[in-house]
Amino acid sequence: MKSPSRRKFLKMVGVGGAALAAGAVGGSAAASDGLKINNDNVAMLYDATRCVGCKACMTTCKRVNLDSGSLAYEQAEFDPDGLWDAPADLSGDTRTLIKLHKESPTKWAYVKHSCMHCQKPSCVSVCPVSAMTRDPESGIVTYDKGICIGCRYCQIACAFNIPRFQWDKALPQIVKCDMCKSTELPRIGTTGCASVCPVDAIHFGKRGDLLAEAQRRLDAEPEKYIQYIYGAQELGGLNHLTIAGFPFEKLGLPIVGDQPPAEFSEKIQHTIYKGFIAPVALYGSLCYVAIRNMKKAEQHNGTEKKGDDA
Amino acid sequence: MSHHDDYQTHQAKILTPSFYVLLTLTLIGFALIALRFIKGIGAVSNMNDGYPWGIWITYDVATGTAIACGGYAMAILIYIRNNMQYHPMIRSAVLTSLFGYGLAGFSVMVDVGRPWNSYNFFIPSRWQVNSAMFEVALCVMAYTTVLLIEFLPAILTTIEESKWRRMHAFLDWLEPHIKPNRAAVLSKLELVRLGAAWLRPKLNKVLIFVIVLGITLPTMHQSSLGSLVLIASTKVHPLWHTGFLPLLFLINCIYIGFSIVLIESIISSYFFKRPFEIKELSGLAKIIPALTLIWLTVVIGDLAWRGHLGTALALDFYSGFFLLEFCLVAGGSLILFNGRKRESVRWLFVSAALITIGGALYRFNVYLIGFQPGKGWHYFPSLAELMITVGIIAFEILGYQVLVKVFPVLPKLHLDLHLPYGQGRHLPEVKGSKA
Repeated sequence: MKSPSRRKFLKMVGVGGAALAAGAVGGSAAASDGLKINNDNVAMLYDATRCVGCKACMTTCKRVNLDSGSLAYEQAEFDPDGLWDAPADLSGDTRTLIKLHKESPTKWAYVKHSCMHCQKPSCVSVCPVSAMTRDPESGIVTYDKGICIGCRYCQIACAFNIPRFQWDKALPQIVKCDMCKSTELPRIGTTGCASVCPVDAIHFGKRGDLLAEAQRRLDAEPEKYIQYIYGAQELGGLNHLTIAGFPFEKLGLPIVGDQPPAEFSEKIQHTIYKGFIAPVALYGSLCYVAIRNMKKAEQHNGTEKKGDDA
Repeated sequence: MSHHDDYQTHQAKILTPSFYVLLTLTLIGFALIALRFIKGIGAVSNMNDGYPWGIWITYDVATGTAIACGGYAMAILIYIRNNMQYHPMIRSAVLTSLFGYGLAGFSVMVDVGRPWNSYNFFIPSRWQVNSAMFEVALCVMAYTTVLLIEFLPAILTTIEESKWRRMHAFLDWLEPHIKPNRAAVLSKLELVRLGAAWLRPKLNKVLIFVIVLGITLPTMHQSSLGSLVLIASTKVHPLWHTGFLPLLFLINCIYIGFSIVLIESIISSYFFKRPFEIKELSGLAKIIPALTLIWLTVVIGDLAWRGHLGTALALDFYSGFFLLEFCLVAGGSLILFNGRKRESVRWLFVSAALITIGGALYRFNVYLIGFQPGKGWHYFPSLAELMITVGIIAFEILGYQVLVKVFPVLPKLHLDLHLPYGQGRHLPEVKGSKA
């Protein structure tokens, strides 16, 4: 009498395992078929060969977003008198940063670090309470501190380590670029950093136009550039594009491939759950088995007969 | 379902030396938690933007809930595989699970930066079904409630049979100060007792549906704990980043669950000076190597399929931790394949400990050791951070110690089945005399 329930159980485990396996196989083989890159999104093009490192973008970003973005000026260790705002990296106080890549003492390149505004953002995919959202029209990825629980899963998920957390505050929040969505963008129609760049190293516009502009620059001066637009395909497309004269990896822009990780993980999760049908089915069949087992045990006790009748 | 005579309250003093040691550790931990809420997470922890999840998530949540899977593993064995002979062991397993899960939830509240926003989990418009974290959070909350209901019969039985000795002592102590109305208090207590007596049979009728829910929920969230890091495809080392993470985490928690039941039972018997439940233990021990064998096969097969067997044998930092995890689980299982060693408490304990440590190391490897956010990022937990985790573990053990002496949790001793403590430790004789 014992074997049917066992068989049933094994069958269920088998079904679950098969679902998992199917998810794993399907997931890894998946191309980004469901995803279409939207070139009508707003975007920014950063040209590392033009950047002169004046950091006007950094100071402007901080000035216009200080309150709404909970930013702050940072004091460096070398600066006891507090003369500079000198962030060493993106942080809970800074969401746009110009870094200097030193190839040799006489060869260098500036590089801008800020949110890439992915077309399929991992941070949005993982946020359990929808505090991180992507506006499908503009493509801007925004953070809402009024909803955020501070779990920092977005930081785990982001391939570029962009979202930063305020470790030193009792009431902390996540800090990341939102393309001046509530400040400069509605006011002057462009981002703070792009509006002040004196050499047009940061160019704001429609993604499609920026791709064409980037390609025009690569074609016009091929010896100056690496023939590649970083962000055109990365992780299913970024809305922050970069062109440069040095390999992007050296500038701190990692090689991440074209597949959005969120597509892979969501596929597996949804394959397992099948729109919550799978858990309900599992519960139902387990209830059936368990209640039958209980009845059998009670019968055993009732007849007070020991031994297995299997 | 009248199984409540399977259990007994352990009759012993509550205020033992170990009680005070654990209490001290708990208080230190909770003082540091207070500091964290006043001065921010950075004040007590070494976590940083590259390693936003440290030891709290890796141990207290990802590993702690696996260690708390004893209740889950036993429920599968008893109610689904129909092995009712293990029923007396489930209540202590449920109690450990309750502490493990309850405190994992508590740790999350310490770890998250904006806990006051957690109510968003209950607002459907904020639900984000793409997030494995959302699934884990809801399941863990639901499962903790389920465990509480599963443990409720123990509490109700105690209330029903209580002589209110402590209450009387308290009233006696009050007497000289503020003459309490004894009759009124006692009639209220009688009401509570009647309420418990009314509730218990009603609860018993529906309990099986709760128990099955207690099997469904861990199946969901333990696999989701594996899904949680799937998205960090550029950060988790290829030795551990695979589409099979959900399956591996699920099997992993079940064999850790059984191993923990072994360890917990052996330690309880040893420290509470009760005979070892050797027959049940060796029965359980037979299941574990079957599970680890499946798990190890999936691990190896997946590595081979993805072409990373060479990475596993590269003998660098990552391969070292992988091999350690692998050998601990495989080594512990090898011992358990041996029928004679399964009859020995010592070997059972050693192998269960090896498998638990190996299985836990797997989770550490996935969440922390194999996590590489990029150049320049380092993490090692700070002392304060560790002490918060130690405090929470101490509180867990403390609570278990106290509650088994207050409620009927441990299996009832059947003198015809077990020899006294002294002889129970020499196992071959136990086996012989039982047969």
